[in-house]
Amino acid sequence: MKRFAVIASALLFVGSLAAAMLELAPAAIDLRGPVAAHLAASGVSHPVTAVLLNYRGYDTLLEIAVLLLALLAILAVVGEPGAARPAPAHPVLQTLARLATPLMIVVAVYLLWAGAFRPGGAFQAGAVLAAAGVLLHLAGLLPGWQTPRLRLRLGLAGGFALFLAVAGGLLAQGTLLQYPPALAGGLILLIESGLTLSLALTLAGLFLFLSRDEVAP
Amino acid sequence: MTSGLLFALVGAALFALGVAGVVLIDHLLRRILAFNLMGSGAFLVLVGLAQRNGVPDPVPQAMVLTGIVVAVAATALALALTRKLHALTGRLELPEDADD
Amino acid sequence: MIDSLVWLLLLPLAWATLAFVLGPGRGAWLAIAGLAAQFALAVDLARKVAAGGVAAHVVGGWGAPLGIDLAADGLSAAMLLLTQGVALPLAIHARAYFKAGDPAGVWFWPLLGFLLSGLNALFVSADLFNLYVTLELVGLAAVGLVAAGGGTQQVAAALRYLFATLLGSGAYLLGVALLYGAYGTVSSATLLPLVTAEAPRLVWIAAGLMVTGLLLKTALFPFHFWLPPAHGGAPAPVSALLSALVVKASFYLILRLWLGPLQALLPSFAWLLALLGAAAIFWGSWQAIRAVKVKRLIAYSTVAQLGYLFLIFPLLPAPGALQAGVMQVFAHGLAKAGMFAAAGVMIKATGQDTVAGLAGAVERLPVTFFAFGLAGMTLMGLPPSSGFLAKWQIIDAALAQGHWVIAVVALAGGLLAAVYVFRVLRQAFLQAPAPDTATAVPRTLEWTAFALAAASVLLGLRGVELMQLVTM
Repeated sequence: MKRFAVIASALLFVGSLAAAMLELAPAAIDLRGPVAAHLAASGVSHPVTAVLLNYRGYDTLLEIAVLLLALLAILAVVGEPGAARPAPAHPVLQTLARLATPLMIVVAVYLLWAGAFRPGGAFQAGAVLAAAGVLLHLAGLLPGWQTPRLRLRLGLAGGFALFLAVAGGLLAQGTLLQYPPALAGGLILLIESGLTLSLALTLAGLFLFLSRDEVAP
Repeated sequence: MTSGLLFALVGAALFALGVAGVVLIDHLLRRILAFNLMGSGAFLVLVGLAQRNGVPDPVPQAMVLTGIVVAVAATALALALTRKLHALTGRLELPEDADD
Repeated sequence: MIDSLVWLLLLPLAWATLAFVLGPGRGAWLAIAGLAAQFALAVDLARKVAAGGVAAHVVGGWGAPLGIDLAADGLSAAMLLLTQGVALPLAIHARAYFKAGDPAGVWFWPLLGFLLSGLNALFVSADLFNLYVTLELVGLAAVGLVAAGGGTQQVAAALRYLFATLLGSGAYLLGVALLYGAYGTVSSATLLPLVTAEAPRLVWIAAGLMVTGLLLKTALFPFHFWLPPAHGGAPAPVSALLSALVVKASFYLILRLWLGPLQALLPSFAWLLALLGAAAIFWGSWQAIRAVKVKRLIAYSTVAQLGYLFLIFPLLPAPGALQAGVMQVFAHGLAKAGMFAAAGVMIKATGQDTVAGLAGAVERLPVTFFAFGLAGMTLMGLPPSSGFLAKWQIIDAALAQGHWVIAVVALAGGLLAAVYVFRVLRQAFLQAPAPDTATAVPRTLEWTAFALAAASVLLGLRGVELMQLVTM
């Protein structure tokens, strides 16, 4: 009965939403104009990066906070781990992982740099690095992580702390996250570099902090 | 029917599928997958509907990038909780509420 | 000149990050110092808003709809005051509550910092997508706090809460996506003149989605299923934070949409919300009267008291109705925080968590039960507490507009609250069986609970200033 009710209302919902979408008139406001108009002053030349790191940079600040927070919550939930023994893997996989990792690092650095003028940026670069970490773990070359020590905590929080520091510094000069046009490109690259490292560690951590032998109570 | 509008319609369908999944499915991992489906549906609608006249719009694309990161964070937390529950009870469904 | 508005956002983010770097179990004093500074900033902001209208900040200098705008009017300033004002005593309470090595307390301080930064950001944001990110920040922090270091029931409750909150923000996000598709912007101020009563069907669907999602997060009947296990199962300081602040955040958003961009659409649903609110009051009170465990009783009381907030919707936009809602938010926030703090003390001292097990406990914990009684006074709506002020304003506004049904429901709710509050108090004053499980409890715990409960009563004497702030 519940199943029927939920499926019926879902179908009804999709139907009315589809009909409403099809009859929609063009939007009143088009933001592509303002985005393009201010692109020169934004410090980057790719519009999506400009929106992400400059026009709506505040969203990005909070989003990094969400990711760091999720890691914290996972640490709080998982508690003290058992012994972290990396599982032995097939030698071919281990060799491939060893070969792939430097390539992935190069790709990540390229993505970080390219974000200024084509699709790319801190998130993409961080994700590739994190994937390298996960690959190494699955190949048995990188053990799962225990409760983070100071160095790892600094790495995890460093990118966000850098972003906050830049934001605070800019606030002291006037408005939150208002980059001076001459410094905008450099500041954005600085922030993105810090974020890449922290994001890589955080995203890898989302996997590696969980991937320990759970000791059943 | 432009591609943007098609994406939006598919996104709406995926969203509804995802919500139905979260509500109806008991197996926790599949529930988390359903939630991801729901999120992907919403992102498709965000990008597709804004670009229904065929011209790319950078603002919703940036918003979806933000949304994806947030969804990753939420999924990771859900998985950690599921794993902990499995370690404690050996099962992958939510236990009945004991105190009601 | 310090821009209080923005520092209220950056400061908790900063000390949360620092607390994380300091390591597991550390960061208590940092948090308390940060919160004290935040409270001062909130007072400063409230003064500025009371004197000069809306405080605004254009992030990045771009201006909506290209950039994100922050705005604090009287309502926002009041919510910020409540958040810092409740969190500070609770932080002091939590420091004494979590013993060293307690798994629930290991990462409490950074999680608290992120929760507060999310709440502060939510109360000042004027951008609908930014609000989605803040909602997730608050939601994930709350889930983390509920699940921390817990056993099966706590983790299950946290998972249930997580699914409910993700469904809610997912629905909200789809609504925002539809609005962007329809109008090309997500800025509240820009949308305000665009959304009229002749809005296309898509916009009505979007409004419904957003409100439904937020109702899920506010645990309004019938979406309340996740709240009793989560608030009832978490450690007491966490339950206090959740009941006092987190559920109010999504209610604030509904109110903001109601008074702001969706004001042409949402009033059609006013009586539906009021009906659900009334149902929440009766169902929540009934379950609280039946509850076996103390924290579960208090959690159901939250479900009931949240119903009052939704009674005001048919009465808006009369200013008395908005002030009644804000006063109820304050009254319940302070009282419920005090009540959960007191319950935590009771459970620690008696070594068990049922109502029946509190027999005769008043001899050992006089301050705690006095605090519980004061908080109960506010929930029942006895003068001179702020709860009385809130109910009086609701009844006054209802009668002024001829909706006597709402007045009757408000009064009935007060009577039902008396039943479950006196359940606990009567049990405590009974003769005790041999008290062999008496554990000494740090004084700080009792007195912070008392401070919060007393504040909820004393606020009634200074209520006029709060109401003047909200009419800004």
